[in-house]
Amino acid sequence: MPGHRLIRKLIFGVLLVASAALHAEPLVVPMGYIQWVPDQGPVLSNVIPKPADSGLRGAELATADNNTTGRFLDQNYRMATSVADSEEGVLASFDRMLADGVRLFVFRVPAKTLTALSKRARPDVLMFNAGARDDGLRLRDCAPSLLHTIPSYAMLTDALGQWLNQRRWNEVFLISGPTAEDKAWAAAFHRSARRFGLDIVEDKPWTFDADLRRSASRELPLFTQADDYDVVVVADVRGDFGEYVPFHTWLPRPVVGTQGMTPVAWHRVVESWGATQLQNRFRELAQRNMNSEDYAAWAAVRAIGTAVTETGSAEVKTLRSFLFSDQFQLAGFKGRKLTFRTWNGQLRQPIPLVHPRGLVDRAPFEGFLHPRSRMDTLGFDRPESECRING
Amino acid sequence: MKHLIKTAALFSLISLSLPVTASLAYVSNEKDNTISVIDTDAMTVVDTIPVGARPRGILLSHDGTRLFICASDDDTVQVMDLATRKIVDTLPSGEDPEQFALAPDDRHLYISNENDAIVTVVDVKTKQVLSQIDVGLEPEGMAVSPDGKWAVNTSETSSMLHWIDTETFTIKKNIVVGQRPRHVEFSRDSKIAWASTEVGGTVHVIDVDNLKQIRELTFDVPGVNPDRVQPVGIELTSDGRYAFIALGPSNHVAVVDAKTYEVLDYLLVGSRVWQLDLGKNEKYLYTTNGVSGDVSVIDVGRLKVIKSIKVGRYPWGVVVDPAS
Repeated sequence: MPGHRLIRKLIFGVLLVASAALHAEPLVVPMGYIQWVPDQGPVLSNVIPKPADSGLRGAELATADNNTTGRFLDQNYRMATSVADSEEGVLASFDRMLADGVRLFVFRVPAKTLTALSKRARPDVLMFNAGARDDGLRLRDCAPSLLHTIPSYAMLTDALGQWLNQRRWNEVFLISGPTAEDKAWAAAFHRSARRFGLDIVEDKPWTFDADLRRSASRELPLFTQADDYDVVVVADVRGDFGEYVPFHTWLPRPVVGTQGMTPVAWHRVVESWGATQLQNRFRELAQRNMNSEDYAAWAAVRAIGTAVTETGSAEVKTLRSFLFSDQFQLAGFKGRKLTFRTWNGQLRQPIPLVHPRGLVDRAPFEGFLHPRSRMDTLGFDRPESECRING
Repeated sequence: MKHLIKTAALFSLISLSLPVTASLAYVSNEKDNTISVIDTDAMTVVDTIPVGARPRGILLSHDGTRLFICASDDDTVQVMDLATRKIVDTLPSGEDPEQFALAPDDRHLYISNENDAIVTVVDVKTKQVLSQIDVGLEPEGMAVSPDGKWAVNTSETSSMLHWIDTETFTIKKNIVVGQRPRHVEFSRDSKIAWASTEVGGTVHVIDVDNLKQIRELTFDVPGVNPDRVQPVGIELTSDGRYAFIALGPSNHVAVVDAKTYEVLDYLLVGSRVWQLDLGKNEKYLYTTNGVSGDVSVIDVGRLKVIKSIKVGRYPWGVVVDPAS
């Protein structure tokens, strides 16, 4: 009904004029969330699958959080979302959102796609990586427009390394899976072992292709035979065989790493420093528990919101310089103010160490010192990274 | 004989638990669902009373006869009669009440509903909800000015102080402060408001007439990582001399000159100090230490910590009945 439409347009116009008379123009902050998770292939331990909307829901919650604050400041946050099924799909969504005027982006995509995106991005775009843990993105392949809210593999394995060191469980039996991610995780752990004085007494690749669900109790004790070790560390990022290692080791030893006790960005069992409220809000929105990808996307959108609140601007240049300034601090429910590393754009953050139903501890630990921030004992410190994205 | 001893012991327990002249402090134990009652003369716990789930904010009615308790996980405010130490009533509180403040009229109770981003105003006499006011994310601290004009709410995740007009129940002003504001305390004359921010690590001093910040305090506790300095509770002496600020996991209470805003001292208390309250004649200050599960007693005259009293798990709030 064209007449109806016209009336609606008129009413809308009147409303706009009325609100403009009362207030200054509201500040609209358009944001984009784009996700692509390549198929992981079949895995043995597929009993509890990872939710497909991990990340997306965190971005949604943070947008709502931003708007709760924004309504008192006349700020309006809008989130366009796209779940793509290929790298081409991601790039197409990116171009479409750019054309729609979006300049602030959150991605849960592989490292390779991020690099393609940052090559395509103009300087007036700001991108947050909420999915790729690859160390290369923090060591060499940095971009001035790219920030990371998900912890790197190195941050996660350093958290584990510190914990093993302070437990004095120095002798490690390492099992690494065959995928590129498994190798990247294992390489990060090797570095952490050197940093924190751990001795990798056995370093065995996982080569089985049998269905372990029926034979784990026979195969794994044999596989983990060795003179002695304090702990078994598993590098199985996609969760193929790792869940079958605990309780099947030759010696009665704990299992940590990507399974057993794991270092994470976030987990259901984190509850201190007001985290309970974030967990409750998330469960109400998503009808499931918040995970690391959700947290990283949430932190990215909240970082944008915090910067917009403090600067009163939605300009990328203003926001970017605020995010890297001494004034920026993200209240991230981790008991510390979170800030971005100026050299590679990584969000500093404590790392919880969890098992499926409880929190074990939280890195960084007392006694691992750093001249600037103890959180910089996790991951790549300035001298270790080639990146200088702020000159 | 044995029976006689037991009776005698029981009798002495009773006389201990309901003393006539002792000044009493009440402590909410968040993870035990209890209130600890401390005899402040003997400095010992004399009673532990089961209450609703996850008790956090507590306050006394101005006449000192009732204790109001935010039972957060039960979504209610409980009213305890202090003469009998029984829960005699519950108030409609909205969801997840965390902190609250009672207006000087002893009737209007302002409650932060942390999960719903609202402040609920309840008339404690009629049990009617008078208003629900939309505020920022995770409303936490609540204070009513002694002159009854302003109710101030802090929203932790929006990092704002919302100034609510108590006549119209509408927000008149929002002041953006540091990250995660936790608590607001008014000076006795209602002219100055102090607001702490836990993650920001700051205390903001606000001139109430102009609603403008006049000072921002930061804290530098020797030997403590700055990240661990997380201001939460604030208590002001009525003579306008001191402000005491609980600094969370730094395990210290800052002593601030309330006139010059200079930090005079840092006092070491228990682990993760949250809230504090002055006792009778303001001679002693009591602090709740969440992680160590105790209450520290500070001698205000000497600015010295003189005692710690073991209470329940995760003590959250403390109030001392100044009249008892």
